[in-house]
Amino acid sequence: MFDLAQAAVEAALAAGARYADARLMIVRYEQMAARNGVVEDLTQTETAGIGVRALIGSSWGFHATPELSDEAARRAGRQAAAVARASARVAGPELELAPAPVVVDSWSSTWEEHPLDDVSLGERADQLVAVTEAIAAAGVPVGQASHQIWDTEKWFVSSEGSRIDQRLVECGAVIDATAIGDGETQRRSYPGVRGQYGTRGWELVRELDLLGNAPRIAEEAQALLRAPQCPSGTTTLILGSEQMALQIHESIGHAVELDRILGWEAAFAGTSWLDPAQLGSLRYGSEIMNVTADATLPGALGSFGYDDEGVPAQRVDIVRDGTWVGVLSGRDSAPLIGRESGGMVRADGPARLPMVRMTNVGLLPGDSSLEEMIAATDDGIYMDTNRSWSIDDKRLNFQFGCEIAWEVKDGKLGRMLRNPTYTGIGPQFWASMDMVGGPDEWRFWGTANCGKGQPMQVGHTGHPSVPARFADVRVGVR
Amino acid sequence: MAWDASTDEAAQAGLERCEAVLAKVGARAQALVTFERGHSALTRFANSRIHQNVASDEEHVRLRVIVGEGQVAQATTTRTDPESLDRLVEQTLAAAALRPADPEFPGLAEPAELADVDHWDDATAAADPDARAAVVADFVAAGDGMESAGYCSTDAAVHVLATSTGIRCTSRYAMAQLDGIHRAPTAAGVPSDGYAQATSQRLADLDGGAAGSVAAAKARAGVAPIELDPGSYEVVLEPKAVAALLLFPAWLGFNAKAHQEGTSFVHLGEQQMDERIDLWDDATDPRALGRPYDAEGTPKRRLDLVRAGVTVGLAHDRRTARLAGVEPTGSSIGNESFGGYPTDLFLGAGHQTREELIASVERGLLVTDLWYNRILDPKTQVVTGLTRNGLFLIEDGQITRPVQNLRYTQSVVAALGPGHVLGVGDDAVLVSNEGGVVHCPSLHLAAFAFTGNARG
Repeated sequence: MFDLAQAAVEAALAAGARYADARLMIVRYEQMAARNGVVEDLTQTETAGIGVRALIGSSWGFHATPELSDEAARRAGRQAAAVARASARVAGPELELAPAPVVVDSWSSTWEEHPLDDVSLGERADQLVAVTEAIAAAGVPVGQASHQIWDTEKWFVSSEGSRIDQRLVECGAVIDATAIGDGETQRRSYPGVRGQYGTRGWELVRELDLLGNAPRIAEEAQALLRAPQCPSGTTTLILGSEQMALQIHESIGHAVELDRILGWEAAFAGTSWLDPAQLGSLRYGSEIMNVTADATLPGALGSFGYDDEGVPAQRVDIVRDGTWVGVLSGRDSAPLIGRESGGMVRADGPARLPMVRMTNVGLLPGDSSLEEMIAATDDGIYMDTNRSWSIDDKRLNFQFGCEIAWEVKDGKLGRMLRNPTYTGIGPQFWASMDMVGGPDEWRFWGTANCGKGQPMQVGHTGHPSVPARFADVRVGVR
Repeated sequence: MAWDASTDEAAQAGLERCEAVLAKVGARAQALVTFERGHSALTRFANSRIHQNVASDEEHVRLRVIVGEGQVAQATTTRTDPESLDRLVEQTLAAAALRPADPEFPGLAEPAELADVDHWDDATAAADPDARAAVVADFVAAGDGMESAGYCSTDAAVHVLATSTGIRCTSRYAMAQLDGIHRAPTAAGVPSDGYAQATSQRLADLDGGAAGSVAAAKARAGVAPIELDPGSYEVVLEPKAVAALLLFPAWLGFNAKAHQEGTSFVHLGEQQMDERIDLWDDATDPRALGRPYDAEGTPKRRLDLVRAGVTVGLAHDRRTARLAGVEPTGSSIGNESFGGYPTDLFLGAGHQTREELIASVERGLLVTDLWYNRILDPKTQVVTGLTRNGLFLIEDGQITRPVQNLRYTQSVVAALGPGHVLGVGDDAVLVSNEGGVVHCPSLHLAAFAFTGNARG
């Protein structure tokens, strides 16, 4: 496979590129979904292709082909160069690539049970059917369960001499129960609304104990229909680690993407409230806030060996003791603020251009616990499991809804509350964080559906997270 | 002149592959095969330069088999050589054999006459990166030095669907889009963004200069916005904003599966929306972009969803139609777990110009676009999101001031409810958004709940 990628790179160089790289990818994918005891969707996909980047002057071009042949690879290389030439019609300033080591390597994630090869299709289906039957048996009208599996092989060649092959096996699952009332619906999900995914084998899914949790979420969905509305006001807010993962993803992860900061996403995903001139001095949050982007965490969904520019996976500090110190970057963006590439450029398939993506952007654990936060709160609300998410194009003004909440009164959990929402402005919200869960509660959440780019790409991101407490938050927005 | 698929190389290649796959499956199963070959290209610009410029050739074969009394599996491959297709067939059959029978499986569609639909343009299908760059250059130049960002794209594909019941469908489509902003500098440092878009079957219809001028004018008008308190405001929603809201009733309301499960707001036959609202799905309309058949091979026809404010229709695939005892509406998107979806949505245009809609507002807001829209509850259709790329105060029928972006939290059905639609524009256009393509005009609504501003 290296030969085809090499042929594409050679063709791009021969067509005038000053730099070129090519990724040949073969991806096996499975999605299975069951509802109310019936497997309604089983889709298995094999995607193969070569994507070529060519740089001419300051202009990029990209071309992809699904055909795995020497002729098609060379044609893709030439086409990538032709596209780069067209880019020069509306050209920008000189473009410098951050240095990358020349690497010849082979890397693979690890797994105990390969989800596709070691676990039968029947077993995978039986689990989803059993879970949804258990939800139905609990009297909830809609029970759903699904899993997704990816087995990705990549061969990367650059004109600088790198030759890297990688294999990533990723999987995860989600279940949910929806109870229907007169005027509204209430859903409970497990382990989170987007499920739980990791760069691991089927052991991840077994550890979730989906069947064991099905009756609980069914019961909670029904109880939510009878629960009082989350009150409106300003109060102390405790967030569980699943909702914290979403909070981190939306109001830190996207905000520190350097392509957004530089305006490259201005028309679609948006920009960022952050100004590179303030990197190293801006207060992002309270002093107990420490955030890293770490692509080396074993088993986390944003982990890999090398990014799609051939840069090794690394850990980068993003927020240290509350101060903004780092960004998510790649080889063409990092030099614009005088930095090295963070190794964070990835594409969701061979036909897509690699772009800055989150790796594992997460909050480092503190020294508290959920139990201690509740005990230390006289009057507040504990929310968990994301239900809705909306944030402005600068990643400042957010409004998030959760599936479930409880009153906290005099240090104890009280009544369940339905339709909980909260809203805030990023830096003010993070500045109000006064308690952070400890290492025992540190969990690597994985989000397999992060949309970004045009054409849209779906990224896999990881979010190490813990419960945390925030002061004076507006809740119950209606 | 009607398209002759028998002389189209891609269509013939697709038919050959589909026939080959059906032959490999043979009598072992019922089967539905689709083939698609196309080319997609997108020229993206930011900071007034082309920074991402991509093109890809695409081809795939999808196979769905039904073994015995409803053991179903489907698989897709981009590898369409004979050996890979052999593997596709054997793996899919093996997967189906391991599945339990689905007692609700509705069976495959039978051959039926299709509407004469050909949403195609040779020049768009053949457009090269220079042609897209020229549109971008015109858009950028219209800003007269302002920073700009956006994209120009072209897509074209030939599609074939064949079944063991004898269906042989071919279709093709072409599409071109221009979507961009200009960014006027402000004293506060945060640029004022102005937006414009154009969507068509023909790249030649995209006037980069005209769209760029609209976006630039909006950007300039948005400098020095005032902050407005949250509250309920009368609004004029431009087509992009209307399209963003219509996604939610289309996705979770008119979806017959959601209706059967009780999570839809729809009560058929009731006056749930204002009498000015007519909503329908129609891939056969010359202005649309869709195929004349759905993912199950069912012919598409016009499907009325709301007529004079009365909800009258649901989007069915074969499964939900069987359960409901009605005919499928050609609304399958190939995912029974999801249900039916109206892929070519039309909201009927009115007779008022955009200026007349604005003139009829005593005090309200002109909304260019709604962004990051997320549904809080499908049954009530309460959605939250933010304004973007141009928000203006209207006083006594005149646009008086730009306004800082606001967050809204609003039921879409209530916003369109009886008595709440005060005017419908004559400016209906094709708009592409997250959920597909919608043809819709501007709307003047009596009340829209804004729940937050820049302070939270």
